[in-house]
Amino acid sequence: MKDFNYHSAKDSKEASKLASSSSAFLAGGMTTIPSMKLGLATYKDLIDIKNIKKLSGIKVSGKSVTIGAATKHVEVSNSKDVKKAIPSLSSLAEGIGDPQVRNRGTIGGSIANNDPSADYPSACIALNATIHTNERKIEAAKFFKGMFETALKKGELIEAIEFQIPEKSSYQKHPNPASRYAIVGVYVAKHKGDVNVAVTGAKSCVYNDKEMSKALAGNFSSSSIDGMDLDSSEMNSDMHASADFRASLVVTQAKKAVDAC
Amino acid sequence: MASLVGSRVERKEDKRFLTGKGRYTADINLANQTYAIFVRSPHARASINKLNIDKALKSSGVVSILTGKEIADDKIGGLIAGWAIRSEDGTEMKCPGNPPLAKDNVNFVGDPVAVVIAESLAEAKEAAEKVEVDYKVLKAVTSTADAMNGDTIHEGIDKNLCFDWLLGDRQKVKEAFDKADKVISIDIINNRLIPNAMEPRACVADYNAASEEITLYTTSQNPHLSRLIMSAFGNVAPEHKLRVVAPDVGGGFGSKINVYNEDIVCSWAAKKINRAIKWVAERSESFLTDIHGRDHVTHAELAVTKDGKFLGFKNETIANLGAYARVFGTVTPTYLFGPCATGVYEIPAAYTNVKAVYTNTAPVDAYRGAGRPEATYTIERLVEKASMELGIDKTELRIKNFPTVFPFKQTLVHTVDSGDYVAGMEKAKQMADYKGFEARRKESEAKGKLRGIGVTSYFEACGIAPSAAVMSLGCGVGLWESAEVRFNPTGQVTVYTGSHSHGQSHQTTFAQIAADELGVPIENIDIVHGDTDKGTFGMGTYGSRSLAVGGIAIVNACKKIVEKGKRVTAKMLEANPEDVEFKDGEFIVSKSNKKKTIGEVAFACYLPGVRDEMKSPLPEGDEPGLKETSFYDPSNFSFPAGTHIAEVEIDPETGNVKLEKYTACDDFGRIINPMVVEGQVHGGLAQGIGQALYENAEYDETGQLMTGSYMDYTMPRADNFPEFNIGYTCTHATTNPLGVKGCGEAGAIAAPPTVMNAVIDALGGQEVTMPATAEKVWKACKNLKKSNAKAA
Ligand SMILES: Cc1cc2nc3c(=O)[nH]c(=O)nc-3n(C[C@H](O)[C@H](O)[C@H](O)COP(=O)(O)OP(=O)(O)OC[C@H]3O[C@@H](n4cnc5c(N)ncnc54)[C@H](O)[C@@H]3O)c2cc1C
Repeated sequence: MKDFNYHSAKDSKEASKLASSSSAFLAGGMTTIPSMKLGLATYKDLIDIKNIKKLSGIKVSGKSVTIGAATKHVEVSNSKDVKKAIPSLSSLAEGIGDPQVRNRGTIGGSIANNDPSADYPSACIALNATIHTNERKIEAAKFFKGMFETALKKGELIEAIEFQIPEKSSYQKHPNPASRYAIVGVYVAKHKGDVNVAVTGAKSCVYNDKEMSKALAGNFSSSSIDGMDLDSSEMNSDMHASADFRASLVVTQAKKAVDAC
Repeated sequence: MASLVGSRVERKEDKRFLTGKGRYTADINLANQTYAIFVRSPHARASINKLNIDKALKSSGVVSILTGKEIADDKIGGLIAGWAIRSEDGTEMKCPGNPPLAKDNVNFVGDPVAVVIAESLAEAKEAAEKVEVDYKVLKAVTSTADAMNGDTIHEGIDKNLCFDWLLGDRQKVKEAFDKADKVISIDIINNRLIPNAMEPRACVADYNAASEEITLYTTSQNPHLSRLIMSAFGNVAPEHKLRVVAPDVGGGFGSKINVYNEDIVCSWAAKKINRAIKWVAERSESFLTDIHGRDHVTHAELAVTKDGKFLGFKNETIANLGAYARVFGTVTPTYLFGPCATGVYEIPAAYTNVKAVYTNTAPVDAYRGAGRPEATYTIERLVEKASMELGIDKTELRIKNFPTVFPFKQTLVHTVDSGDYVAGMEKAKQMADYKGFEARRKESEAKGKLRGIGVTSYFEACGIAPSAAVMSLGCGVGLWESAEVRFNPTGQVTVYTGSHSHGQSHQTTFAQIAADELGVPIENIDIVHGDTDKGTFGMGTYGSRSLAVGGIAIVNACKKIVEKGKRVTAKMLEANPEDVEFKDGEFIVSKSNKKKTIGEVAFACYLPGVRDEMKSPLPEGDEPGLKETSFYDPSNFSFPAGTHIAEVEIDPETGNVKLEKYTACDDFGRIINPMVVEGQVHGGLAQGIGQALYENAEYDETGQLMTGSYMDYTMPRADNFPEFNIGYTCTHATTNPLGVKGCGEAGAIAAPPTVMNAVIDALGGQEVTMPATAEKVWKACKNLKKSNAKAA
């Protein structure tokens, strides 16, 4: 790891002012620190955002759950309010990595990083989330741009994520047995009037499967997607799972999610 | 005094470990120490055109940079194979040189080419990045099965073949196969594993210019053996000027038997720069450069009669040695593998042929079980397949071929002193509710799941011995063990053992043994190991030998103490030595009430006189002091055995395999501490189940390790396992005074075939290779569905 400057920002304004093309925000550090240790990333400045009070905490209103960007996974998984409003979101958080990761990793870090196999991006898509930054509000559907790519501009700081409370929802993941990231994770959410089937792990970026969403909007039952043959040509293929296996898992996990709703 | 042997004595080492007071090599910091970083080859196979250290030398804080040239100039020796194997045609095995720092060629990713020594770790790292190595990259050989057809890796070693070894009689086997009603054959792969000890390797080397002594603190399972090898072959220092200390070591599983490049380089360099040097592996270095395990490709056949009697067995195996042959690299796929490949069965004719090949991968050596997991996997997968093809119940088929008379002369090498395989099988079946399986299978089926049951009956040969026998077969050292029992004048006891403890609980079990033998409270007994300056010699810990060999050395040394105590008591109490009996720490003159405690005797031995009298308690010929040594060379291996039964449930939609039940019924002879044995069984099972379902070391065709971190190498976690159902049958070994057998490796030996037999049973007999990952199983489920549809 190369030398770097450590800053602790007291508010969003200071954090974004300190940001440059060779800086990173330091939230849980669960991605940033290992990549620096392995020499995959080098930064001149790390801007710690954990001490910005405004960025932590969970608020529930009648329609939505708003989670501060620096809120740790363990806080989401343990939150009684989240468990009551969107139980699938708390169980998603409970299934991330391992206790060490959950005790440090944050929701903001996770979605800013937009790892193709991360869990939270699927929750954002399925639950029609709004990403609140220090500059603007971004709809989830426009936030996740591609592999490790988001709509965030340099120095733009996520402050909170606002999830719409669905009628029913469930997240089902087939974890990578080693890292426990998603090989395929499917988040099904039934809202008034429509259904989202957000898929992570399968392609280079999280997406909403239109075909399954449509079928389920017509008839919200796993039988309506049973046997669906998905196109695997754009799916990831690696030593843990081929594209064909992933395509099959997307349907299987979606069915499981619908059954669990 | 109640006997401690057999009871669940709490571990004496736990206070230290659980309160963070363990002292591992990385905890050791010496005055004025420097830090080493190794520059390693990023290529699997390359020749080194040029190595330029000029820039790196100018980097801040650099003390020294040493390369393969300096190693060669100083005539520092290379790493060695400890066991010479002869091929079937009588030629000796072929081993390449393996210098601690490569000078001309590198042969696996991670092969070190230089060491950078600096004032701080960060500076060493920074400078290491500035070492410029110009490689000519060559085509790598990485596949075990195809290694013999690849480019020649080491000059002069044709077909990359180290040896082509045969054990058994091909002609007799042919005759047996000619008589067979049926031949069952199987092609299997024993997947490559990475040991992953919790503590990565580390060493701290120090040089004292005044005494000209090198001290090496290192993560070793066998410090004396390391000293011997570093001295005799490494030419680092003569043995009396080299002290090797292995303090607390956080797991080894075989990976810390070897003397490694870093041990030799740091010891040699510490003397060169006249300063202490510290090196601690990063986890990625452990993945790349610790020895790996297993990696066999096997074709095996079993000749049977139609009613299920075994007639003959063939085993043709290619074993991957990796880039170089290391300490137990050559014996693991031969004498530790071949003899056990006929399993617990009476098979009149058998042979094992092993071709050991070099590849451009990390060296492969002994890993928990070493050879016996591979052997057991071969025979037990074959027997399970035979039961399916013959339509004979898998337990009945096994029982039919078990020996019932002991000693049992096993087909290829061993004479098994004791055991009761039928009793073990019956008990395991009961524990596992074997009878109730069909009902459970139906329940699973009703949920849309596939359920399978798998059985393994194993025996294994551990506590490898006697020395004359193993040395006649090519072993470079004798495999005895030593112990020294020392009394203090005031009655406490220090036991020095040559068996290093790195998870085996010697501090407790060995103290239990000594406490019983000497009648001294366990609190007053200390077990010391791991320092070449503290004890005479030790062969170390591997192959489940600590208790069956090291433990017996302690018993024997204690017996010598008691003998001397009897003589001294007789003299003190004016009795005949033959009339003195020893029990519960007291020497009693029979038919009298005269006695001395062992503490009084020890005191008298060290303070042999009485005020105002010219009188010694010591009989003529006995010297003062109370200390005895034993070098114990067993008469035979020890042969644990048992039956394991696993049940799995498969979700055909996801291919997920859930291990529902695991039953292990083992025969370890007499059990010293049931709690410790449970720990050993659990750990072994976790590794064995890990091999079957999760772990796999994978190289790509260019020789890059694809599974070089925990993001890709699946280390099993607690939630991957069911509650283990553990039981024992105890037939005492007849070859040692405690009646004990080894227990450290059984789980890792028996679990892979047990789990895989269950998986394959659930899949209707379809073969899948280890690890049975979701995708492989999912594919097999799809095939099963297709073939069921066709049949219907
Ligand atoms: C062993 C392991 C297993 C894991 N398993 C899983 C898993 O199963 N599922 C899963 O989803 N994830 C998993 N993760 C990822 C983990 O959950 C973290 O969410 C992730 O590492 C990023 O969060 P962080 O808070 O640690 O971010 P950091 O590492 O601190 O930052 C990551 C990136 O996000 C940026 N960033 C952080 N916060 C903000 C913000 N508020 N605004 C703008 N940019 C920001 C930083 O600049 C940086 O570029 C795993 C990680 C590890 C190490």
